[in-house]
Amino acid sequence: MTLATAPRRSARRPAGAGPRRDRGVWFLVLPALIPILVLSVGPLLYGVSLAFTDAQSGRTEPTRWVGLLNFGDLLEDTLFWESFRIGLVWAVGVTVPQFFLALGLALLLNEKLRLRWPARALAIVPWAMPEVVVGIMWRLVYHPDAGVLNETLRGFGLGEGRDWLSGLATALPAVIVVGVWAGLPQTTVPLLAGLQNVPRELHEAAAMDGAGAWRRFRTVTWPALRPVALAITALNFIWNFNSFALVFVLTDGGPGGRTRLPMLFAYEEAFRYGQFGYAAAMGLAMVAVIAVLLAVYLAGRLRAGEDDR
Amino acid sequence: MTARRGRTAAARAGQYLALLGYLLFLLLPFLWLLSTAFKPPRELGSIDPTWIPHEPTLANFRATFDEQPLLRSAANSLAAAAGAAVLAVVVATPMAYVLARFRTRMARAATGWVVVSQAFPLVLVIIPLFLLLKAVHLVDSLGGLTLVYLVWSLPFALWMLTGYVRAVPAELEEAAAVDGAGRVRTLVSVTAPLLMPGIVATALFAFITAWNEFFFALVLLKSPEKQTMPVVLTHFLGAEGVADLGPLAAAALLATLPGLVLFAVIQRRITGGMLAGAVKH
Repeated sequence: MTLATAPRRSARRPAGAGPRRDRGVWFLVLPALIPILVLSVGPLLYGVSLAFTDAQSGRTEPTRWVGLLNFGDLLEDTLFWESFRIGLVWAVGVTVPQFFLALGLALLLNEKLRLRWPARALAIVPWAMPEVVVGIMWRLVYHPDAGVLNETLRGFGLGEGRDWLSGLATALPAVIVVGVWAGLPQTTVPLLAGLQNVPRELHEAAAMDGAGAWRRFRTVTWPALRPVALAITALNFIWNFNSFALVFVLTDGGPGGRTRLPMLFAYEEAFRYGQFGYAAAMGLAMVAVIAVLLAVYLAGRLRAGEDDR
Repeated sequence: MTARRGRTAAARAGQYLALLGYLLFLLLPFLWLLSTAFKPPRELGSIDPTWIPHEPTLANFRATFDEQPLLRSAANSLAAAAGAAVLAVVVATPMAYVLARFRTRMARAATGWVVVSQAFPLVLVIIPLFLLLKAVHLVDSLGGLTLVYLVWSLPFALWMLTGYVRAVPAELEEAAAVDGAGRVRTLVSVTAPLLMPGIVATALFAFITAWNEFFFALVLLKSPEKQTMPVVLTHFLGAEGVADLGPLAAAALLATLPGLVLFAVIQRRITGGMLAGAVKH
């Protein structure tokens, strides 16, 4: 059998048709499929099953099946609910400003401005940095004595400045700002891509008809951008809700647990106290929140796919 | 007419102002890191910090290597990241070819997995992985970490590579087939050379991702001599968050360099691939 029979991607197969008759390609999939099954799908299923056990690290007795016991404990764990609340505040607090900033930036970088190319290139800088370095960098910015933030505030005569990351009231907002900074590129780039797909002629036609900038955005740009915007927002929310390294470096969940994101809590349970089963149950509870978001995302993708046809 | 032109000029000015504001937000933290890295201890302790060090020094960079085993951790990071990057494109390229050219149920399942795998909290993956790797004595080993990074970078590698395969016209392969070349020969002599730039970009991206990764390395590597650079960086922070700021900044800067340089090299390709993905999928 030759490649001449391979369908081109334009030739869509009717719905319900089985896989291609060409079975000679399965071996090409194996090298990737085996590590995926062994190191990703398998562990994930194992991880889910651990949530229903009393697994602990370094224990000699065999692990027992405990049913929903861990989830019962979770329900009564006020610290867990608190970290869940903080996780939601953080995820919304990062995702929403990130989206609007990125949208503004994408619109800006889509204009014919001088400095557009260097700005586009620089827009990606936070992406290339390790999260640990981003955390360290912002600790230097927020530093109570040697930090540039307090220095600037002092320069404007705005008081003596404070220890932003250790203040009970300021810690969460301070880490949220860092989260927004760190995630801007991966929000901006897809939006910019979406913008470049908006036909220029449509814009010009609308402008001829006397539509102002806002109207053109609403009637021409936004409809084309919506699928990308929805997808990127859902993914960002999930990604932010699951984040770990940034806040681990910035505050390690402190002060007094005010920035203890769910992942930090689960990490402590698993690898500081060895409560594998309980931590897995926390992970599963996080999935429940994420599943709702993922459903929204997939629905958006589906609709985007229908628009294509 | 003039009123309109005036309004356009004002809008332009507003746009440049917005761009400037954004660039400041983006660059100032980074410039502060840069500045801190070159400051002598006297200026670091000063209550009146400066943007440009009065007496710039390289002492912090020397001190980083004395304080922590930075060189060894860089070698560890390099080994794990390079190993994962090479393995990732080797196993992902054939699969990406199938995903791009054939509509199979398996391909669809793989795409679904790519999306879903991004959504799971890492704690659900790391505990079983930890137990699994422990069972085969690959915990606290760079080899084990490399395998984890391989799988971790596969979704994005598959995504990017599938896009690159689609960009190669299937007609070229058909022409080769008509000329009597078998499938494997067509793949090797026609498709692979055209894919090379995409494969390199994907490998570099996988490298950067693994070089920057922290969580898996934190959990899986316990011996100090095996830890990767991001993990060793956190040792600078000290127990109570009391840190030697100069060496900390210098080390952080050094850890960023490879990623920044490689990103500059492949920036266009990455955004191109991302863009295609974001729009098509």
